[in-house]
Amino acid sequence: MSAAKSASGDSHWPLWEVFTQGSTGQPFEHAGSLHATDAEHALQNARDVYARRGEAVNLWVVPSTAITASAPGDAGPFFDPGNDKAYRHPQFYKAPRGVKIY
Amino acid sequence: MDQKPTPPAEDPALNAAFEARIAAGESIEPKDWMPERYRRQLTRMMSQHAHSEIVGMLPEGNWITRAPSLRRKMSLIAKVQDEAGHGLYIYCGTETLGVDRFDLYNQLLDGTAKYSSIFNYPTLSWADMGVIGWLVDGAAIVNQTVLAKTSYGPYARAMVRICKEENFHKRQGYEICATLAAGTPSQKAMVQDAVDRFWWPSLMMFGPSDKDSPNTAELLRWRVKRKTNDELRQRFVNLTVPQAQAIGLTLPDPDLTYNAETRNWDFGAIDWAEFFEVIKGNGPCNQERLAARNKAHDDGQWVREAAEAYARKQAKKTEAA
Repeated sequence: MSAAKSASGDSHWPLWEVFTQGSTGQPFEHAGSLHATDAEHALQNARDVYARRGEAVNLWVVPSTAITASAPGDAGPFFDPGNDKAYRHPQFYKAPRGVKIY
Repeated sequence: MDQKPTPPAEDPALNAAFEARIAAGESIEPKDWMPERYRRQLTRMMSQHAHSEIVGMLPEGNWITRAPSLRRKMSLIAKVQDEAGHGLYIYCGTETLGVDRFDLYNQLLDGTAKYSSIFNYPTLSWADMGVIGWLVDGAAIVNQTVLAKTSYGPYARAMVRICKEENFHKRQGYEICATLAAGTPSQKAMVQDAVDRFWWPSLMMFGPSDKDSPNTAELLRWRVKRKTNDELRQRFVNLTVPQAQAIGLTLPDPDLTYNAETRNWDFGAIDWAEFFEVIKGNGPCNQERLAARNKAHDDGQWVREAAEAYARKQAKKTEAA
């Protein structure tokens, strides 16, 4: 509508990635993102948007710009050093038949 | 000279690799290469979906102050708050496609964006709150359960989150309907009237019939959609008929009959002329919904400004310390 309106949104506020911990002892998992003016605002909004039903006992909010991610296109060569080393897995090793080793 | 801008040529090798990943059932993530058309189709679908969640708050907001008990009022407020959250989950999904949420939101405010036709019908009685939860959220669950397996990762994850919450919406709605259906004759008449008004618009929520849905084939191939509009509509009818019978309500379709051969409930012809009129903006409440949305946005301006001012003040304090 008016030109003023198009300048008055909130999506120019910094973008934050939200991570939730479902219960103590569990790892934090990415839940989604939101825009907020600062960290405290982001934390409050994250609670209202991503933890309305006890989904979290703890929250992290991280500025999206602070995240460095691997490039999907390079996934092959990037992860290759870990892919050809079968000797890193227990199945690589033989145990005498009938022995319970765990 | 041809002045039309030629679309950027896409690398056939990238395209083939993308199609192969889709065919193998892989999820596409934001940083993955994707054809421009896939990106555009998703932006279109997801933004319409997000707008629908936001506009969907209005017909129900209409009844918050008139809910018949505190219990019903608390449920309704919680449900409307969920819808705002659902809108945000999906808008944040659209941002991963590289669009600015506020550009999309402006399209909603200026009336150029589409949203679900169902929200352009008025909510005339309290029973409408029950019927919306039962039928409208019920239809949304059928649609969204399948979308939870869509090929675009952020959309699929938003759907998983939404589906968990929609079940509360449907059950609270069905409880309202069951209570009214077992009530006084005038309560029963009120809920039957609501069903009569919302049944056909609920069926229209699944979109045009497959033969009039030009995007379906491509969207199915890309696994954006996993079932056609008609398949989902049929599934919804099959689920809903026994629910109506269980609480003694009738669905306003004389052609509704069980087909023992297909094991489907066959239903009558949908008035597609009405559907296209509402989509075009000529439904009973299109103007009112947009006006309410614009007012809410304008009235929220001072809140956004206050949030910015507060953040500036806090930052200054930190600097000074």
